[in-house]
Amino acid sequence: MTNPNPASGSPDKEPATEAQEARSEARATPTAPAGDTERAVTTTAPKQPPAEGPRPSLGRLFLENLWAANTVTVTVLAVVLAMLVGAVLIIVSDPEVLATYGYITARPADALNASWTVVSEAYANLFKGAVFDPDAVGFTAAMGPISETLTYTAPLVFTGLSVALAFRGGLFNIGAQGQATIGVILAAVAGFALPLPPGVHLLVALIAGALGGALWGFIPGILKARTGAHEVINTIMLNYVAVYFLSWIIVQSGVQNPTRSDAISKPVESSAQLPRLLGDDLRVHAGILLAVLATWFIAWLLNRSTLGFELRAVGANPDAARTAGISVTKTYVLVMVIAGLLAGLGGSNMVLGSTANALTPLVIAQIGFDGILVALLGRVKPWGVLLAALLFGALQAGGNRMQSYSGISLELVTVLQALIVIFIAAPALVKAIFQLRAARAARLQTSLAKGW
Amino acid sequence: MSTTAVPDVAVTAVDEGFWTRARKAGAVLLGLGVLAAVLFGALATDQQARFTLSETEGGAALEINGTVGAILFGVIAAAAGAALLAGVPKRWFTLLLGAGLVAFVLSFLCWQVSAAPEGRNFMPLVNVLRGTFVLALPLIFGALAGVLCERSGVVNVAIEGQLLMGAFSGALFGSISGSVWVGLVAAAIGGAFISLLLAVFAIRYLVDQVVMGIVLNLLAVGITGFLYERLMATDAAKYNSAPRFSNWEIPLLKDIPLIGPALFRGNIFLYLGLLLVLVIHLALFRTRWGLRTRSVGEHPTAADTLGVKVLRLRYRNVIMAGLVAGVGGASYTLALYSFTKNMIGGKGFIALAALIFGRWSPTGALLAALFFGFADQLATYLGAIGSSIPSQFLAMLPYLATILAVAGLVGRVRAPAADGKPYIKG
Repeated sequence: MTNPNPASGSPDKEPATEAQEARSEARATPTAPAGDTERAVTTTAPKQPPAEGPRPSLGRLFLENLWAANTVTVTVLAVVLAMLVGAVLIIVSDPEVLATYGYITARPADALNASWTVVSEAYANLFKGAVFDPDAVGFTAAMGPISETLTYTAPLVFTGLSVALAFRGGLFNIGAQGQATIGVILAAVAGFALPLPPGVHLLVALIAGALGGALWGFIPGILKARTGAHEVINTIMLNYVAVYFLSWIIVQSGVQNPTRSDAISKPVESSAQLPRLLGDDLRVHAGILLAVLATWFIAWLLNRSTLGFELRAVGANPDAARTAGISVTKTYVLVMVIAGLLAGLGGSNMVLGSTANALTPLVIAQIGFDGILVALLGRVKPWGVLLAALLFGALQAGGNRMQSYSGISLELVTVLQALIVIFIAAPALVKAIFQLRAARAARLQTSLAKGW
Repeated sequence: MSTTAVPDVAVTAVDEGFWTRARKAGAVLLGLGVLAAVLFGALATDQQARFTLSETEGGAALEINGTVGAILFGVIAAAAGAALLAGVPKRWFTLLLGAGLVAFVLSFLCWQVSAAPEGRNFMPLVNVLRGTFVLALPLIFGALAGVLCERSGVVNVAIEGQLLMGAFSGALFGSISGSVWVGLVAAAIGGAFISLLLAVFAIRYLVDQVVMGIVLNLLAVGITGFLYERLMATDAAKYNSAPRFSNWEIPLLKDIPLIGPALFRGNIFLYLGLLLVLVIHLALFRTRWGLRTRSVGEHPTAADTLGVKVLRLRYRNVIMAGLVAGVGGASYTLALYSFTKNMIGGKGFIALAALIFGRWSPTGALLAALFFGFADQLATYLGAIGSSIPSQFLAMLPYLATILAVAGLVGRVRAPAADGKPYIKG
């Protein structure tokens, strides 16, 4: 449909099919060699027909691929580029540093030193908050950053998987935010309203959250299947319906915390909370284990199950899938239900984990929208989503420290995340900037979403 | 939207058989009307429901007994629904549906106003009308930006980001220069900056346009939020105290009752917004540029064959859209409020809804934006009179209406055929 590459890949392949990449690369950079040669590059020496010359050594292959536009290289360079732009933002928004640029011709060292100090300090804090602080003493302090990173990662894995799964089925689920919102409402209500024993209570709350998300995914799914209404529009609209529903339900009696006058619900009972993994002082909780489990399950579902095959077939070419006897309508509904279920679990994580224990208007933050970025960064593959969520979780955790220690506001993290995905989504741009050689698997296939 | 996507649907939205679109709408309207007559009639009180033609309780007013009004208008709505259900010529459809919906709203208002506490049981129509336009204004600019983009085949989900960036740069440069006009130009350029990114990545690098729009929204939230914290929050006097456009009263016209105070005592943005609707409507349907834009949005290959520069036209239209949306963002910061983080708060997405609800036409977008603005204003009003209707449910109205519209329940909407599809010359 809107796919610029007329040949849709077979459903057995990963979404970024080589043939498509080769073609799009060739189109984006007219000087690049023809498609077949490009594919050969990844397996043999560059610009040589496969038959000629001795096979290059493993080390040489590695070095050659290092500067080719493969997934890892493009991702790393995208992060580097994003951080460079971030550094510029930090410098231009710091009046003191900016003042040194007033006399840069007279004393250039001043300007450079001041810039370097402010930027390096900010990014050092980002790292210390996300991974490891060399000055930390004791187990809790040393594990703190990792614990924070994993706490932020867990819900992003769920929403990222939600978006990625829908992408693979040919649908663009912008509604993870709304699905997570309904999920968090039901999970929280089940968490404080039901008198259940520990363990069972947690399970019931998680299921309630998942069902809430599934319901919110079902609506655009059935509308798409029955009327052809575009899921992008409907999920955007449902996001806002969910937001208003949340802000309404928080202040209802029976939900609102009776001891408070502001918009906050009763707290979730401890019997419904996810257990903490590393003691009470560290926030990391069992949600991250569930996230890994969900990743494994979705990977299995996509690559090993009948449903996954049908889903990928519909995503690659609905007409062909229908001809082959797959019910496209049923698949669309099912994809959106599962996607909603995952997003609902992501929302549940926010209130059953250690991030919050009661509903507030901003309880799920941006996890739904971040999930879109995570899915794109993870190249819409389950394990890729997990890694991408880890990077985003780390940025979030480090951003908190950067804000409190360096006074660089948390929004810089949003900028970095958006920029990373922009550079990922346009690998031709990254390639052009760094003069990378063409290689396979660099182009993110984002044209899965059909136009309106 | 594209009903072509799924042929094996159980219910196709084709007008066939007994349940045509008119009959479905009629059945829904009949149900609403009966509900209004019975429920609103029962809940309304015997007090007079006053609709004053001023900003206060006094002055000329339309009055009707609450119960009588609620039942009467409910019956009118039901009658319109019944007429549609019985089957009327197609040309009556829009009129009857419109009249029925208006009657339903009036029935609702009769109930609400008459049931309001003593001293507050009146509705100042001037305030409501003016509020409707004020609240609709950013939606009008945003939806027009959408029209310009999408009519030429580029999906614009980044309206939110364009409005936000416009609001921010308007506030920033307006404050630094101390001039509203510099602020206005800067706001337009700020909006165009986001749409330029959209254009480059969508047209040059063929990135999916919806993806790009979503990412650009986040980017705009990030950049403006970051610079707000760094600059405006630390030195608001220097960076966030933009001068504001004063209201311009138009002689003679301002004295027309009801419409005058609401429409002809506004600021430059109100006049500019309404003028732009007219200009873009005429340009789109009466000029060479408009014909080319529409043809590029529907069938770029054919347009290219006839010598239209498809990509250049798309670039130009997308950037123009950014200029328009940027001015829309400035309608906040150069007229009403100082800049705050994420101050657009989803208005860009309601503008997108207005664009779709208005079927991708400037006038349709204007009407949809006014409808959404009215719903917004009504929520404020009902909150002020202590209504039992939660304002959140009224706030949901635009989104629910759009879902119904897209699902083909209110009327068929169809996007430009090439909307969202990158064009590769070949």
